[in-house]
Amino acid sequence: MNRIRTYLNQNKKQKLLIPFITAGYPDRSTTLNLIKAAIDSGCNMIEIGFPFSDPLADGAEVQFSSYQALKNGMTLARTLRIAEQVRKTSDVPLILMGYYNPILCYGENRFMKDAKAAGVDGLIIPDLPVVEASDYKRYAAIHDISTVFLAAPTTNKTRLKQIEKSCSDFVYAVTVTGVTGGGKVFGRDTDNYLKGLGKTLSKKFVAGFGVSSPETARRFCKYSDGIVIGSKLISLMRSAKSKSQGVKDAARFLSSVRKAI
Amino acid sequence: MAQRVIRGPNSKGRFGPYGGQYVPETVMQALSELEMSYRKLKKDKSFLSELRGYLSDFVGRPSPLYFAERFTAYLKGPKVYFKREDLNHTGAHKINNTVGQILLAKHMGKKRIIAETGAGQHGLATATVCARFGMECIIYMGAVDMKRQAPNVEKMKLLGAKVVTVESGSKTLKDATSQAMRDWVTNIRSTFYIIGSVVGPHPYPMLVRDFQSIIGKETKRQCKEKFRKLPDAIIACVGGGSNAIGIFDSFINEKSVKLIGVEAAGHGLNSGQHAATLSKGKPGVLHGSYSYLVYDNDGQIILPHSISAGLDYPGVGPEHSALSDSGRVKYFSATDKQALAAFELVSKLEGIIPALETAHALAYLIAHKKEFKARQNVVVCLSGRGDKDMPIFFEKEKA
Ligand SMILES: Cc1ncc(COP(=O)(O)O)c(C=O)c1O
Repeated sequence: MNRIRTYLNQNKKQKLLIPFITAGYPDRSTTLNLIKAAIDSGCNMIEIGFPFSDPLADGAEVQFSSYQALKNGMTLARTLRIAEQVRKTSDVPLILMGYYNPILCYGENRFMKDAKAAGVDGLIIPDLPVVEASDYKRYAAIHDISTVFLAAPTTNKTRLKQIEKSCSDFVYAVTVTGVTGGGKVFGRDTDNYLKGLGKTLSKKFVAGFGVSSPETARRFCKYSDGIVIGSKLISLMRSAKSKSQGVKDAARFLSSVRKAI
Repeated sequence: MAQRVIRGPNSKGRFGPYGGQYVPETVMQALSELEMSYRKLKKDKSFLSELRGYLSDFVGRPSPLYFAERFTAYLKGPKVYFKREDLNHTGAHKINNTVGQILLAKHMGKKRIIAETGAGQHGLATATVCARFGMECIIYMGAVDMKRQAPNVEKMKLLGAKVVTVESGSKTLKDATSQAMRDWVTNIRSTFYIIGSVVGPHPYPMLVRDFQSIIGKETKRQCKEKFRKLPDAIIACVGGGSNAIGIFDSFINEKSVKLIGVEAAGHGLNSGQHAATLSKGKPGVLHGSYSYLVYDNDGQIILPHSISAGLDYPGVGPEHSALSDSGRVKYFSATDKQALAAFELVSKLEGIIPALETAHALAYLIAHKKEFKARQNVVVCLSGRGDKDMPIFFEKEKA
C-alpha cells in the first residue's frame, strides 16, 4: 500500500504542508533531526532531496545545500538509508526529489525497488518531463511508487491533461516560470493560474517554488491542496548560529505556516 | 551502393537512443514553438535568402579551402587542406549558427537573447549578431574562462552585451550552461536561448547542425574544384561537436571519406582530468539530452579539464553519440601538451594561429600522420583563430 494514497484517501480537510529537505545538508544526523522536527510541526508529507552536481531547476539555496551535501558524501544510495531511518519511527509519506542522471545511473528498475523497500512512497524528477518518462512510469507502477510530475504556468491544456494522467496521486504546480528559491514576487497571474488549475484538475495539487512566508502559503492554499517549502528552510538553517538552532528555527517557521493554512 | 545512414532526429527528437528533451516542464512549450517555427522557416524562401545574405555579406562566406603546403611538407604524409572557419567574421565557425538563430529569434518576435560561452567565441558571435539586430544580449561565462579568454570578454562588452560571471561549480562551460538554462526557465516568455553547440534539448542539436552544415557543403564543392574528388579524411575537434557535425554533415553518406573527431584529453585519458566524453564517458542526462557524459558511480558529473575552454565540457552532442556507436565517425583525443605544440607549429609553418580547440584536431594529425598515404587528401576544419589564446600560450611558455 502506498502511504501517499492512503493519506489522501482519508480525505482530511487539512491542507498539505510539505517541506523539502536536502539529504546530507548540513549533515546526515541534522537531516534526520530536521525531518523529525518537521513531522512534529505538523507537516503531512516529507520531500527528501537527493543531491545532484548540476541542479538546473534550482536557485541559489538548493544549489548550495546540494553542493554541501555532495561534499559530505551524500549519494542516492545513502539517501535511501535516510528514508529507512525515518521509516523506523514514522509512517509519514516520503517523497524523494532530485535529478534524473543519478537514477539512470543507479538503474531505474533497481532504484524503484530499493526505494520502495526503504519506505519511499513517491518521486519527483524536475528534469524528466512526461514525454520522456514512459520507462520510468512503468517501473514506478511495478513497485508502487507514486509519480509526481510538475505543471508550470506555461503548460498548455493538452499537456496538463497528460501530466495529470501521469501523476499517480497528485500534481505539483510550479508557481511561476523560474527556478526554486526565495525573492519571488507573486502577481495576480499566479493567483489566476492556481485558481485555473483548481478548476481544471480533478486530482489534488500542491503549489511550490518560492513559498517563503505563512502569508504566501495561505494565499496559495486558497486554490491548492497544499504547498511545498524548500529554499526558505535552507536559508533558515544557513543563517542559524548552530545546526540545532537551525532545526529549531525551521520547526518554528513550519509551525507558523501550519497555523496559517 | 553503400547503405545510406539514416539521419536523425526522429519524431521524438532522438538520434538512435540519444537526444530527447530532459528539461523542466516550464520550457517544454517554448521548445515545441521553436521547433514549429524552425520547421516552417527552413522551407521559407525569403528566410533562406535572408540567411544566405547575412552569411555572405556579414560573415564573409564561403570560407576558403586552403592547401597547407608547409604543414604538408613537414608531415611528409597526406596533403592537408584547412577549411578556413577562422576567416569568418568574429574568427570562428560559431557565427554560422548565431546568424541562423538570431533570424529565428527575430521571426519569433523575441527581443532578449541569452547564451552560454566557454572560449568566448560563441558569446562573441552572439553579442555580434545581437548588436547587428539591436537585441538585448546576456552572456553567461564561467569565472575561470573569463580569465583565460579575457580578450573575448572585452569584445563582448564593447558590442553591448552583458557578461555575467558564473562562480558555481567548475566555473567553466558546464556551469555557464546551467546558469543560462536557469535564466531561460525564468524568462521563458521573453527570451530566446541561442545554444552554441549541437547540445541541449531537441530541437537544438538539429537546428545547430543544420546551420553549421554550410561548412561541409562548401567543403565538398571546394574539394571537387581543388582536387576533383572527395577527400580521404576529414578531421575536426569536438567540444559539443558543432564544427565537427557541420563539416561532417555532407559526407556522412560518402563511405569512402573517413570522419575523425578529436576530443580533449587534458592531462591524459587516464589522468582523471580530461574532457574526452566519447572515449571515457557513458550515456547519461545533462542539460536537456541523453548522450555520452562523464560522471561518477553516483551519477554526479565529474569536472572536466582541458586547456581549451571550448572543449572543457563533460558532455557531447547526441548525434555524435549515435555516430560513435555506429562507428561512422571515429573519435580520438589529444592532450593539452599535444595541442599546445600543434598550436605553435602551425603558427610558425603556415602563418595561421589556430584556436586551441582547433589545435586538438591538428595535434591528432601530427600524431597519426603515418596512417595516411602521400597521395591522400585530408581536410582539417580550422574551426577558429587563436588570438584569444595568446594569454594562455604565453603563460605556458613561461612555466
Ligand atoms: C574555435 C572553436 N573550435 C571549436 C569549439 C568547440 O565547439 P564545437 O565542438 O561545438 O565546435 C569552440 C568552442 O568554443 C571554438 O571556439
